[in-house]
Amino acid sequence: MPVQNMKGALRLLLIVFVFVAGVWVQASGTLDELLFYLPDVQYLVVQHLWLTAISGGLAILVAIPLGIMLSRPSMVRFAESAMQVLNVGTTIPTLAVLALSMSFLGIGTVPAVFGLFVATLLPITRNTYAGLKGVSPALREAASGIGMAPIQRLFKVELPNALYVIFAGIRTALTINVGTVPLAFLIGAGGLGELIFTGIDLYDPLMMLAGAIPTALLAIAVDALVATTAFVAVPRGVNPSRA
Amino acid sequence: MIRLDNLTKVFDTPKGAVTAADHITMEVPSGEICILLGPSGCGKTTTLKMVNRIIRPTSGKVFINGEDTTDLDTQELRRNIGYVIQQIGLFPNMTIEENITVVPKLLGWDKAKYKERARELMRMIALEPDAFLKRYPSELSGGQQQRIGVARALAADPPVMLMDEPFGAIDPINRAVIQDEFLKMQQELNKTIMFVSHDIDEAIKMGDRIAIFRAGNLEQYSRPDDLLANPKDDFVESFLGEDRALKRLNLVKVRDMASEDIGTVAPDEDLQTALSRMDDHGYPGSIMMVNDRHQPVGVIPRSVARTTRGYCRDHFDTLPAIAQLDDDLRKVASLMFAHDMTWLPCVDEEGRLCGQITQRAITHHLGSRYRVQQVETVAEV
Repeated sequence: MPVQNMKGALRLLLIVFVFVAGVWVQASGTLDELLFYLPDVQYLVVQHLWLTAISGGLAILVAIPLGIMLSRPSMVRFAESAMQVLNVGTTIPTLAVLALSMSFLGIGTVPAVFGLFVATLLPITRNTYAGLKGVSPALREAASGIGMAPIQRLFKVELPNALYVIFAGIRTALTINVGTVPLAFLIGAGGLGELIFTGIDLYDPLMMLAGAIPTALLAIAVDALVATTAFVAVPRGVNPSRA
Repeated sequence: MIRLDNLTKVFDTPKGAVTAADHITMEVPSGEICILLGPSGCGKTTTLKMVNRIIRPTSGKVFINGEDTTDLDTQELRRNIGYVIQQIGLFPNMTIEENITVVPKLLGWDKAKYKERARELMRMIALEPDAFLKRYPSELSGGQQQRIGVARALAADPPVMLMDEPFGAIDPINRAVIQDEFLKMQQELNKTIMFVSHDIDEAIKMGDRIAIFRAGNLEQYSRPDDLLANPKDDFVESFLGEDRALKRLNLVKVRDMASEDIGTVAPDEDLQTALSRMDDHGYPGSIMMVNDRHQPVGVIPRSVARTTRGYCRDHFDTLPAIAQLDDDLRKVASLMFAHDMTWLPCVDEEGRLCGQITQRAITHHLGSRYRVQQVETVAEV
């Protein structure tokens, strides 16, 4: 198969490239210089993850009930306008949100967590709302028709069928969150932004990389973690990745 | 028994109030299938959905087994009514077993009982329990899914079932199979069923009674044979179609029409006996030859019997077609046309000859009902 040969060749090329890059990093002494920052990185990664966990966790706790509430038939008049407000909320750059929350809440962890929370809220709310709205009317009719109470219908039918979409929202939101945490340094909340921004200010590319590379790796790791959780948690019958 | 008493639904739309169902009063006796039939927008689905309150009636009452359902709790009411919808509506997040046992679980059955019930239902709908119970709806074909849909509705053994175009989304071949299976089940289950359809042939096949709807009104409510023989007005007549006399053929079985009087010859009789027996019975063309177990083996044509000498066993033609006692007249008529015959021999389950059915008898049957109706109408005038 020519396609498989192409894939094999590309994979081989990639391995060779990684190997050569590794050799170069080692030989030029860059690796040693990067490792100099290891204790800083370890400390800051933990701080970084705390910021993500708290702001992301809060956002999930608020966004999912909010999405559920907006998807209820009784809310149909407000739902679209509420989603519009949230949409406008996301168009404000995260940096501006952080600046605003700093001007109300001062400097430190609290305004940072709040800013990150606002930025994370929308994708989850929107996907929860869209996922629940996307459950086919036939399913809802069937559930009501066989005698499920509204709350039973929500938990037994609507949420399980929207779960895949909800997880997609959480995945996007948390990945954005991890990538945005470095900005929190600017209002004094720490995190890997400390290395990145200090590195930029000092014209020290290695210091910047020592912050940027772990940030990128963290984003990939969080993405993979949520994807795995979704793979396990979403019932097989409605999980496209397990079809 | 389901009884609707002046059931009315008025929808408020931007264009003003629309009456979807206008004082519908009807009764479905216990153990019967009632088909609600009509063009789209005629109020048949609205009427059905008011029974389990998917649509709330504007006014009027629904009685189930004599009990007024107005004051019953909605969930309680629905759990005791089987509900099948056209889109099937199996829950894709649940296995087949979970889907079937939803209602028993809601009713608080214990685990062993509802698990056993799921297996029982799977056997009833002719799907192997071990092969299917752990699978998900998306892994099944449309026909299998709708069988599961019916099983789910039957799970808690409700006395009453509502079916909203249940077989509408299934291809015609599978639909016929599922309809037959369902009728067979119904013979044992004896549920009281309201069934929405827009397909007149389905209605005639499935219905003990047919209710024709038009623009929110119940136009005619009668047994299929009466409906076809005596449509109330031009609307019903045009809805039933120009070929409604032919549709009645579906409703009559050979068993009801066959004449037991049939002359036969045995293989070891000679052709002259055959000829004289044809004359005795007045058969213009041929006579049946049966073996010692009275099973038809061939026919002796009159031309052969007249011109040849010998035994029947050496001079017979093969039988082109035979009618079974449980065939409907539509199939019989089709066989007659296909083989250019004016009569068919009828056999029972063991293949023994038990009579004949003639084209004359069929046309007479269809015609006689019309004549009776006409006489009645004249008498009323």
